[in-house]
Amino acid sequence: MDTEAQASPHAMVKAEGVRKSFGSLEVLKGIDLEVAPREVMCVIGPSGSGKSTFLRCVNHLEKINSGRLSVDGHLVGYREKGGKLHELKDSEVASQRQDIGMVFQRFNLFPHMTALENVMEAPSQVKGLRKEACREQGAALLERVGLGNRVHSYPNQLSGGQQQRVAIARALAMEPKLMLFDEPTSALDPELVGEVLDVMRSLAESGMTMMVVTHEMGFAREVGDTLVFMDDGAVVEAGDPKRVLTDPQHERTRSFLSKVL
Amino acid sequence: MAADTTTRPAPPEQIKAVPVRHPGRWIAAVVIGVLALMFVHMLVTNPVFQWKFMVDNMFSAPVLRGARTTLIMTVLAMLLGVLLGIIVAIMRLSPNPIVSGAAWAYVWFFRAIPRIVLLFFCANLGALYGTYDLGFPFDQQIMGWLGLSGDLRFLGLNGNQIFKGFTAGLLGLVLSEGAYMAEIVRAGIQSVDPGQTEAASALGMSRAKTMRRIVLPQAMRVIIPPTGNETIAMLKDTSLLIAVPVTSELNFQLRAIGSRTFQIIPMAVASILWYLALSSLLMAGQYFLEKRFSRGFGARETRNQRAEREARMVGGTH
Ligand SMILES: Nc1ncnc2c1ncn2[C@@H]1O[C@H](COP(=O)(O)OP(=O)(O)O)[C@@H](O)[C@H]1O
Ligand SMILES: [Mg+2]
Repeated sequence: MDTEAQASPHAMVKAEGVRKSFGSLEVLKGIDLEVAPREVMCVIGPSGSGKSTFLRCVNHLEKINSGRLSVDGHLVGYREKGGKLHELKDSEVASQRQDIGMVFQRFNLFPHMTALENVMEAPSQVKGLRKEACREQGAALLERVGLGNRVHSYPNQLSGGQQQRVAIARALAMEPKLMLFDEPTSALDPELVGEVLDVMRSLAESGMTMMVVTHEMGFAREVGDTLVFMDDGAVVEAGDPKRVLTDPQHERTRSFLSKVL
Repeated sequence: MAADTTTRPAPPEQIKAVPVRHPGRWIAAVVIGVLALMFVHMLVTNPVFQWKFMVDNMFSAPVLRGARTTLIMTVLAMLLGVLLGIIVAIMRLSPNPIVSGAAWAYVWFFRAIPRIVLLFFCANLGALYGTYDLGFPFDQQIMGWLGLSGDLRFLGLNGNQIFKGFTAGLLGLVLSEGAYMAEIVRAGIQSVDPGQTEAASALGMSRAKTMRRIVLPQAMRVIIPPTGNETIAMLKDTSLLIAVPVTSELNFQLRAIGSRTFQIIPMAVASILWYLALSSLLMAGQYFLEKRFSRGFGARETRNQRAEREARMVGGTH
């Protein structure tokens, strides 16, 4: 069994035949993909194609119905013992999630906490680190996303772009191995998109493994190592971003790109 | 771009216009003023009020003790009631249907019973069983099946001693308050954006910690105003403790003086003034609590402030 987990030691995320339904609606219809460490994978596709649902499955915010999904060699939400799958306890799922950072379209910052308190919350409450250490780390992270002067602001005193950068710092505070971004710039005014993409670009350059659902084709082309096009719950096409964007192999990819480019 | 280069028009002159008259407001003010004067005149001239007698008696030692009992009872009943309410509300939102069903039944039952009826019942729980034992449920039956004699009880309490006076009154008020608070807390919890729970889960926080650190503090904003009303209602409902009876309570003490001295009106007025003062005290407390929990919500920058700040920032970079 262990040999199975070590069979692909190089995949950070590995999905094989992942299916997910909500009631009778099948949203993911057998997803196969692999993300290598330090890889930046961008995911594009029409609204309702299951991009968010797939990211949420990687983080076990949703349970998959069949297939296998593993992060860094560990099955998400399950343990394999004696050829059978056993569900993990809530606390075990929580500890799996510590290694995976997630950034949401609508930021979801904690509104009753300052930027710094938002960033400190998980290290101090989940990892139980000392307040002082968390404060130092939090201030450094906010500095890194360009918000060193706004540490004591509450989220509603910050612009959308600043809030999203705080959200990125908050996720980084847990020192994750993998970062998931679900349309991180879709809720932003156009002039604020750039500052968030800049932070993500420098994160990619620092070697973070990232899965990014986005409509920013420029970012996908310049920063992404792989581009995946999803439609109707399936991966239609995947490959080098420049190749997929300039020379799509499938009719559905072509028609989607003609609408967004 | 083009708009920036065109010269702006000179600022217009200050407007000087005749304001609209509001005769209705003047008439209302005069009517209310006359009524207020008549009221004060009655208070001063009617001898039944016995102001000096009232002032002399409304701060006597038993009345002050009564005020203390009333305040302590209010605070304790609310503290325990809120705790119970939070527990019942969390049970009510549980995915386990038996747990949430039990919480629903609790709220249904205790909201339906008038407090005075509940207080009277609690006061007489001593008549239901002589002693109240803490131990293993159905212990005698189980020991009987196993062919053993004896029981599994650790602690016996005399029913007539615990279910009287202050404790019985507190029990009745807490049980009733828990039901109302459960509904208030549930509404508060449900008002919090589900994205908050999701973000906390994604950070690896446990469900309990998410509730305590993320959801409840935000729910407080919705929970506190109705809880303030509940507290004031509780202060007033301590006068129902007469059903237990708890005789050291404020209203009972004031009435006792009134009926002993046949000065009913002065002591009734004293009662009104006491409750007015204590309620005002609680309202002040509510005001500070509301401010405390609106952090991050109330201080929203207005559109103008934001525009000014951004204008300053832009100005700075040039
Ligand atoms: N919790 C849910 N319950 C029921 N249906 C859902 C739920 N979440 C998503 N869906 C459905 O799944 C489909 C895919 O949604 P989503 O993954 O959000 O798509 P995308 O992110 O690509 O726009 C949509 O049809 C959506 O309505
Ligand atoms: Mg989506």
